[in-house]
Amino acid sequence: MARLLGVDIPNEKRIEASLPYIYGIGLALAKKILGQANINPDTRTGELTNEQIGAIVSVIQANGIAIEGDLRRELQLNLKRLQQINCYRGIRHRKGLPVRGQRTKTNARTRKGPRRTVGVQKAKK
Amino acid sequence: MGRSLKKGPFVNQKLLIKIDKLNEAGQKRPIKTWARASMITPDFVGHNFLVHNGKDFVNVYVTENMVGHKLGEFSPTRIFKGHGAHTAKVTK
Repeated sequence: MARLLGVDIPNEKRIEASLPYIYGIGLALAKKILGQANINPDTRTGELTNEQIGAIVSVIQANGIAIEGDLRRELQLNLKRLQQINCYRGIRHRKGLPVRGQRTKTNARTRKGPRRTVGVQKAKK
Repeated sequence: MGRSLKKGPFVNQKLLIKIDKLNEAGQKRPIKTWARASMITPDFVGHNFLVHNGKDFVNVYVTENMVGHKLGEFSPTRIFKGHGAHTAKVTK
């Protein structure tokens, strides 16, 4: 288990496949990083030399790629801004409904969560 | 789909003229407008707008954070009053 940029511990996979264990790095970005650091994406993470790991880290930092906590915080701030200025998107986020104009008559279960049936209360006779 | 960069952001020109006038005079007066599609430019900051939502004019005070959004985003056109209103009061 190699340690890269603090907390992340990718494993005995190819470096190209272990970089995406870091929050904020996907396969595409991993390939790009390795290309810039001049590292064969097929080398196993464990077989990397310290210099190579250093090269990866410096590429990530030099390009200002937001990762892990920083990225999460950034997303949080974006959300907060939308909600704070009280725009339509912010309101939809607050209500937990789809933000981009999808239908809500049916579907939209990802945003709304499990079905909660709201029964209509019958009037007493 | 975003707007073509060639055209630049859409800002209602009449609105812009009005703002300029207010800024020159150093006044702050709410501006009634139907131009919901108009982008908020930095000039708008600090002004009040009464943005039409199809029925009423909603008061929108523009802050710095709102630059780049459109006026209509701050004036909801639908009001959800809730389901299941079969209470004694309504069914009567």
